Amino acid sequence: MQAFCGILATMHEMAVTESILEIVLRHARVANARRVLSVTLVIGELTGFVDDSIQFYFDFMSKDTPAQDAQLIFERIQPRARCQECGIEYTPPNSRLWTCPECSALGGEVIAGREFSVASIEIE
Amino acid sequence: MPPEILPVVEKILSANDMVALENKKLLDEHGVLAVNVMASPGAGKTSLILRTIEALRGQLRAGVIEGDVAGHVDADKVAETGIPVVQINTGGGCHLDAPQVQNALKQLPLEQIDVLFIENVGNLICPTGFALGEHVNMMIANVPEGHDKPIKYPGMFSEVDALVLNKIDLMPYIDFDLEAFRTAVTALNADAPQFLVSCKTGEGIQEWAEWLLAQSQRH
Repeated sequence: MQAFCGILATMHEMAVTESILEIVLRHARVANARRVLSVTLVIGELTGFVDDSIQFYFDFMSKDTPAQDAQLIFERIQPRARCQECGIEYTPPNSRLWTCPECSALGGEVIAGREFSVASIEIE
Repeated sequence: MPPEILPVVEKILSANDMVALENKKLLDEHGVLAVNVMASPGAGKTSLILRTIEALRGQLRAGVIEGDVAGHVDADKVAETGIPVVQINTGGGCHLDAPQVQNALKQLPLEQIDVLFIENVGNLICPTGFALGEHVNMMIANVPEGHDKPIKYPGMFSEVDALVLNKIDLMPYIDFDLEAFRTAVTALNADAPQFLVSCKTGEGIQEWAEWLLAQSQRH
């Protein structure tokens, strides 16, 4: 998935990095912070966002703001599915059919893996 | 101030999501059903939109927003039919976002539209992350791109409300395992109806158009 994105993905991450920076700077301002030291992001694997690309744009866009040089910490969330037949929760395999390991039923409801949020910021 | 951790817990796409909600409200006020049409480049997005409009002529009044990286080839095709159309050029952007659609909505006669097709940029990844204010998310897969796409791009296949498989007229010439494809789609998304169509021959278009008409009537 990452290889496919190539140059397209960079535009994708640029748009969301603007949103990340806006959220970070707004919370830092409200807290009267001088500087943002780090930012913890929670990213579900199903979103397709690429860490390196977000970091690249963040470094570029945060210049001359209190978030300049802030370290981005990426917490990746693995996909989880709930079987609609037997109800158990499982981690669907990457690049293979989603089948329940208990009852072999196909598919399942996605209950994790689509997260995309700023969890916290470290400020001083 | 000593370093401290400040909990934030804010969804990153919230700015886009807020504009998407405004768009949806505007569309609802005018009784417009908006359909986000997603697919890889060349899957037949414009062709399916034109076929669907033709099938629904006299029953639903259509409008179209065309999203492309550059050019207005698709918008020209739609404009030839007399349907109101707005072209968005993303200038390199790999998906449409809600503010772009908000601008486009201002240029459309919404009171004269029942169903608005929003043709997203050809891409199987990014468009799912950006709400536009749509009511129906649909995607077009197509026979030449192969039956393994649901397994390679689970994000989009698992999120759509309906799936159209286009170019079924090419099935005899291509090693496309229809059963494997349908099984993989069902595994990701059991609720989404699957329509097999050919925009070339018109096969299957009626069934898809009727499903869409039912969505519009329910709206």
